[in-house]
Amino acid sequence: MDHPDFLVHDSTDTVGVIVVEGVEAGQKLTGWVMDTDETITVDSLDPIPLGHKVALSDIADGDTIIKYDADIGKAISDIAKGGHVHVHNIKTKRW
Amino acid sequence: MSQPKFWGYRRENGRVGVRNHVILLPLDDLSNAACEAVANNIQGTMALPHAYGRLQFGEDLELHFRTLIGTGSNPNVAAVVVIGIEPGWTSRVVEGIKKTGKRVEGFAIEQNGDINTIAAASRVAKEYVQWASELSREECDVGELWMSMKCGESDTTSGLASNPTVGNLTDKMSEWGANLCFGETSELTGAEQDCAARGADDSASKKFLDTWQAYMDEVIEPHKTSDLSDSQPTKGNIEGGLSTIEEKAFGNLQKIGKKTTFIDVLKPAEEPTKGPGLYFMDTSSAAAECVTLQAAAGYVVHLFPTGQGNIIGNPIEPVIKLTANPRTVRTMGEHVDLDVSGILRREMNLDEAGDALIDITIRTANGRMTAAEALGHREFVMTKLYRSA
Repeated sequence: MDHPDFLVHDSTDTVGVIVVEGVEAGQKLTGWVMDTDETITVDSLDPIPLGHKVALSDIADGDTIIKYDADIGKAISDIAKGGHVHVHNIKTKRW
Repeated sequence: MSQPKFWGYRRENGRVGVRNHVILLPLDDLSNAACEAVANNIQGTMALPHAYGRLQFGEDLELHFRTLIGTGSNPNVAAVVVIGIEPGWTSRVVEGIKKTGKRVEGFAIEQNGDINTIAAASRVAKEYVQWASELSREECDVGELWMSMKCGESDTTSGLASNPTVGNLTDKMSEWGANLCFGETSELTGAEQDCAARGADDSASKKFLDTWQAYMDEVIEPHKTSDLSDSQPTKGNIEGGLSTIEEKAFGNLQKIGKKTTFIDVLKPAEEPTKGPGLYFMDTSSAAAECVTLQAAAGYVVHLFPTGQGNIIGNPIEPVIKLTANPRTVRTMGEHVDLDVSGILRREMNLDEAGDALIDITIRTANGRMTAAEALGHREFVMTKLYRSA
């Protein structure tokens, strides 16, 4: 893999970060899992801007979102694998 | 990478600076105009206008003095002219700075007026700047370089690459005996237990958690409305893909590296006294407030990773910008000192990025102007704890 489309901090993470511009729905995306140096793929369901997150598996409403192998908040609606994950469907647990 | 050396100005108290500023320091908002007039009269001097200094009391007043005295005492400053509306508090700042042994003189405006004060202060500033212009740099060990860090307008690329690049530098520099400082109390919310676990001993960990809890109890709880989600993360953070404070906090924490532990917790603008190592300072997460406090504690070079492109500078502490966001590099590259977007393309690894940051940090210490310095960014912002009397 030369230039990955998304990066994943930890193999336990449920989201990856898009690192290229112009991702459209229906694209096969290649990702680099940084802690294990693995390559994974996911098909995008939505256009996802640079820096925004993609779901790596189906996530149910209320599920904890894992990034950095840590709890970064909760889903506030169901999110399908390949979907855009952001403030419209996840929220902090702190405030 | 072998341990580098740098060229700095050794001050009267033994500390080493990387800039040689002669500053006009106002005690209060009223004295900004006189300071700016002197800076206009005398080439090579710089005024540091700010908004406060009147009718403050208690811990807020102590912080005001600590910030002004610390700014004047910073080894990047060769000499200081202090101007205040009245002589009492003006002399308190002068006496505080004088403890470093550096040249400092104060002027009060009451019973003199602006014009006479400006004339007298200009004569002293002229002597100081001519004296300072003859000082030379000497070669110093990297352990004498005090570095602060704070990220701003972060996005997910900050947590992936630019903050871990600072973390790589932190791990290397702390082994070399450097003095380092991170802060941003509110922005560690969500990762506070992980941060506490990085305390060098139980006392440091507990002091951090107590500081974080006090911030939650005294600032957030009494003042919050329904939700902080539009302030933390900021609008810029959200545009860049950060969704929650927890996500931002874990990204923020990447700056302290993988193995470095912090040895103490500092009050805002408090000078570290436990020797070399990493310190946590209780600060706001607003960039200018945080860097101003760190500079007042004596830090001489600042490492500033950004995602969406925070453009901050500081009048006395050079601020080095790095980013991994390729769009930020493309659209506002004039603000970027180091581009580490290659990490995201797997063209550069963290160790290489850390070495590149050390290289630009040493070059900055040796005198290279940062982007923020070249663009004239001098954000000097006092932290105010509560309303004045």
